[in-house]
Amino acid sequence: MAKVPVQFSLNGEEKAEFVDSGSTLLKVLRDKMGDTSPKGGCLQGTCGSCSVVVDGELRLSCLTLAETCDGADIQTTAGLASDGVLHPLQRAFMDEFAAQCGFCTPGMIMAAKVLLDANPDPTREDVIEALSGNVCRCTGYEPIIRAVLTAARSNSQNAA
Amino acid sequence: MAIRRGRGVAAVNYPTGMNLGGDPSQALVHSTPTGNFMVTLSSVDLGQGLKQVMAQICAETIGVKTEQVIIDTADTDTGPHCMGTFASRGTHRIGNAVIQAAKEARQVMLEVAAEALEVDAGDLETDGEGNIHVKGAPQKSISIFDTALMAHFKLGRSISGRGMFLVPRSYPEVETGAMKPSTCYAHACTVAEVDVDDETGEVTVVSIKNVFEIGRALNPKMVEQQLVGGSWMGISHALYETTEPYYPARDHAGTDFNEYLMPGPGDIAPTEIVVLERPAEDGPYGAKGPGEMCANPQIPALANAIFDAVGVRIDMMPITPERILRALKEQRATAH
Repeated sequence: MAKVPVQFSLNGEEKAEFVDSGSTLLKVLRDKMGDTSPKGGCLQGTCGSCSVVVDGELRLSCLTLAETCDGADIQTTAGLASDGVLHPLQRAFMDEFAAQCGFCTPGMIMAAKVLLDANPDPTREDVIEALSGNVCRCTGYEPIIRAVLTAARSNSQNAA
Repeated sequence: MAIRRGRGVAAVNYPTGMNLGGDPSQALVHSTPTGNFMVTLSSVDLGQGLKQVMAQICAETIGVKTEQVIIDTADTDTGPHCMGTFASRGTHRIGNAVIQAAKEARQVMLEVAAEALEVDAGDLETDGEGNIHVKGAPQKSISIFDTALMAHFKLGRSISGRGMFLVPRSYPEVETGAMKPSTCYAHACTVAEVDVDDETGEVTVVSIKNVFEIGRALNPKMVEQQLVGGSWMGISHALYETTEPYYPARDHAGTDFNEYLMPGPGDIAPTEIVVLERPAEDGPYGAKGPGEMCANPQIPALANAIFDAVGVRIDMMPITPERILRALKEQRATAH
């Protein structure tokens, strides 16, 4: 199969790779770029564990062709911490015990990040709506919802 | 046609672990040259926090900080025998094995320190901060790091211990059938409140209130995490989850987990959790097994609440709108 060149920014770093035409973004991120933070769960867009941010929008990387991301700005959970300091969402997920097996966590965090970037002061209903495309087997969702609300509060405190 | 509210209660008496041909778990503990302690297990952490709790148990028993304990659950081919992490047995069975192994390792550690300090091992105690000193004379002290070095490089000793916990097989008495399937029991009670739409059969969980009696909570935050998640799983089993959602014929059944109905964050119910601690006599520091039990009492409590609301007994899970409507139809038919 013909290889196609793909070039994009991944967590602020320029990346370029020749990929099989039709490769999903998930496969390219994990197998070519070594970023295993997006997880392959259902691989058909129902579980949300592969969620990444492409040009500010939440995208299911298992259904996104890498070729369509040429020139894009891509963010994953692996790029959230800076200089060893955790992102407020990562900190809040730890503090609120919002992960057990952890498989859904990167997708949850990216979904929450897109929410908080657009709406720094969300209601509980806003959070539930934002996370509605992500499933979790372990936590019962409540600790995750609490973590997102906690992160929003800590963001607004830092801004004040 | 109306939305009807109902309330139901259910309680569970839950055995910790199982008893088929006996229920064993084993653990090995040894010191590294840096004075850290390694616990070798073949028990798997599925995300419930086994590694954290085993590190706490080992640290408490040896008398070091939790951060000084490394848990290796790497390989069931090479690790000490474990029946597995299921049946709410992990904390209790494996924890007891870790305690026994850690006690033996602690004894060797104190013997080495006794040699270094030229005192009797029975006169020594740990400070929990990485040092061993003579009781009542904390200035006569040696660090656990130096103790490990001395054992490894001067005395040629291995600071290590073997742990084994076995609940032997219980055979039923021939005359009465009585047996002892478990050595300790956890308990739970749930009160569920629901709204049932008798036109659509839809159930809305108004509230779930749970009390769990789990022995001692070795890590209270992780216990809470288990119970919150488990309570939700109970609701989900009761009302949503099936491999054949809503259709009796196999033609419409799911073929894999992609087609398995898995509720999302929009479906959760207001939940309250209360933890009671009644330490188990044979539990590691009093712990029982809450893991599987925490998803049990919600199911009968919801079935009872639905009965209270609309007067139909559903004895198949999940209690789907279809099953409720069929039962209501039958109820009306027999009433005429």
